[in-house]
Amino acid sequence: MMEVPLFLRGIIVITGKNMRLYYTKPPVLMFGLLFPLFMFFAFFVGRHLDLSTFFPAFLAMMLFFTASSVGPLITPWEKREKTYERLLSYPVTQDSIILGDVAAGAVFGIGISVLVWIASNFFIVVGVTNWVLFSLAFLLGTLSCATLGALLASPASDSPPNVMIFSNLIRFPLIFISGIFVPLQQMQGWGLTLAYCSPLTYMVDLFNAAMSGRSVFSPLTDCSVLIVVSVGFIVAARFIQKRNMMKGM
Amino acid sequence: MDAIRAEHLKKAFATVTAVNDVSIAVKEGEIFGFLGPNGAGKTTTIRLVTGVLTPDTGTVHINGIDIHRHPLDAKMQMGVIPESSTVYGDMTAEQNLHMSGKMYGMPRALRDERIDEILLRMGLSEKRHTLVRTFSKGMKQRVNIACAIIHRPRVLFLDEPTSGLDVQSRRLVIETIQDMNEQGSTIFLTTHNIEEANTLCQTVCIINKGKIVAQDSPERLKKMFDTTQSVEVSFDRPVGRDLLSGEGILRAEPCGDKWRLYTDNPDQVLKYLIGRAERESIGITSLATSGPSLEEAFIQITECT
Repeated sequence: MMEVPLFLRGIIVITGKNMRLYYTKPPVLMFGLLFPLFMFFAFFVGRHLDLSTFFPAFLAMMLFFTASSVGPLITPWEKREKTYERLLSYPVTQDSIILGDVAAGAVFGIGISVLVWIASNFFIVVGVTNWVLFSLAFLLGTLSCATLGALLASPASDSPPNVMIFSNLIRFPLIFISGIFVPLQQMQGWGLTLAYCSPLTYMVDLFNAAMSGRSVFSPLTDCSVLIVVSVGFIVAARFIQKRNMMKGM
Repeated sequence: MDAIRAEHLKKAFATVTAVNDVSIAVKEGEIFGFLGPNGAGKTTTIRLVTGVLTPDTGTVHINGIDIHRHPLDAKMQMGVIPESSTVYGDMTAEQNLHMSGKMYGMPRALRDERIDEILLRMGLSEKRHTLVRTFSKGMKQRVNIACAIIHRPRVLFLDEPTSGLDVQSRRLVIETIQDMNEQGSTIFLTTHNIEEANTLCQTVCIINKGKIVAQDSPERLKKMFDTTQSVEVSFDRPVGRDLLSGEGILRAEPCGDKWRLYTDNPDQVLKYLIGRAERESIGITSLATSGPSLEEAFIQITECT
């Protein structure tokens, strides 16, 4: 029991270190900030779409990219810079490091996405019909995406570019099958089956429920899936990172 | 109570057993040298003992705390300078030290005080606000050590701390190790530098092929091989090996501008050298005998295991 405060302190210090060091790294800025904005311009601007209708999906996409972009970078970067072993020698465990990485991704995701949401209010009407669901969408969405980020860092080598390529290979297809550009109601067959397998689908659906009152699944289903997926990602990340700890060290 | 007690450690990676039934006991306040050739299992052992790796079998206690059951409590007792590991280049020296201090739960005022003291000690006061990535290797290593000792650990692990450093940085590192030891810290030192181990350590442990092959004080280890002594000689011009294959010379090795001749009987070798040099009109510029060295003991131990 004496170790619990030490464990929590380790997570907090690691989170602070990650925020200081990694938020301004080029891969995070590129794939966490610029990419979702480019996607927004490419798919929504100039196509005479009702932006208010698509805004929940866009917000989910923004949250997805920002919250999942920090995690994959940290471990490979630290292994390349030879700081990972020094970090492990402090009073922390590998679990503290993983949770610190998740927390840094979550703070980044929530911070940027809330700013985007506030800024968007000046240009379009983006009402919220259910504030509780809206908060849950932010919290659980961020958590699931940040834990996905930690999982994507798991095959950690000491090469950040390789891990970023791998992580984008997983992340990009997800945005096309999760009801962001094509609403779930218009999907059929394999597309719909794939959509059901993507955690992003449930986050988009929860944002839709919170902002427009229209959703495919019940909010309870969305929340449950996001919680289960987050726990699953963390458990998998923990298992794989433990197995790969020596890689690149 | 032993400051460090490792019992029957074993660690295998795939089919390679890196550490095989290693047991170590380091007394409180001791400087303990851990030697071994490349690939002998030194770094794996240090990673097991510091809790970075989990052993397949065996236990490790740091000041009586089981590191694999209570890793955080045990790590609070320790400072570690891992081999080829460094501090954060995108932080300043001071920021690195603050982060280390926070990891060990030091309050802000204590951190500030200790950081001032330690940066002065390490000769880095003027560079405290400079990003570490602009530092030389020696300066980075000083920050690395500062981060490991900021909380005055009771046990300090150093894995090759002087490897590749210039003379000044090396001397500073050694003085810091001695200071920490005088203040009561137990030191676990891995090094390739036999002379360093000989002068610093009270006990030396030699590992080879994953197994402990010798453990004793440097003097006792040397005495295990006290039949071999050496004569160091230099001449006023280059000489061939044939000159150095006289009676009593077991082996001749070039050593800079000198030759080191290993022998059981230095007296016989000295007489031979002086006589031969006189006959061939070769000038002897320096001549010295030395007793058995730890290096010789190390080589013999690792070669015959």
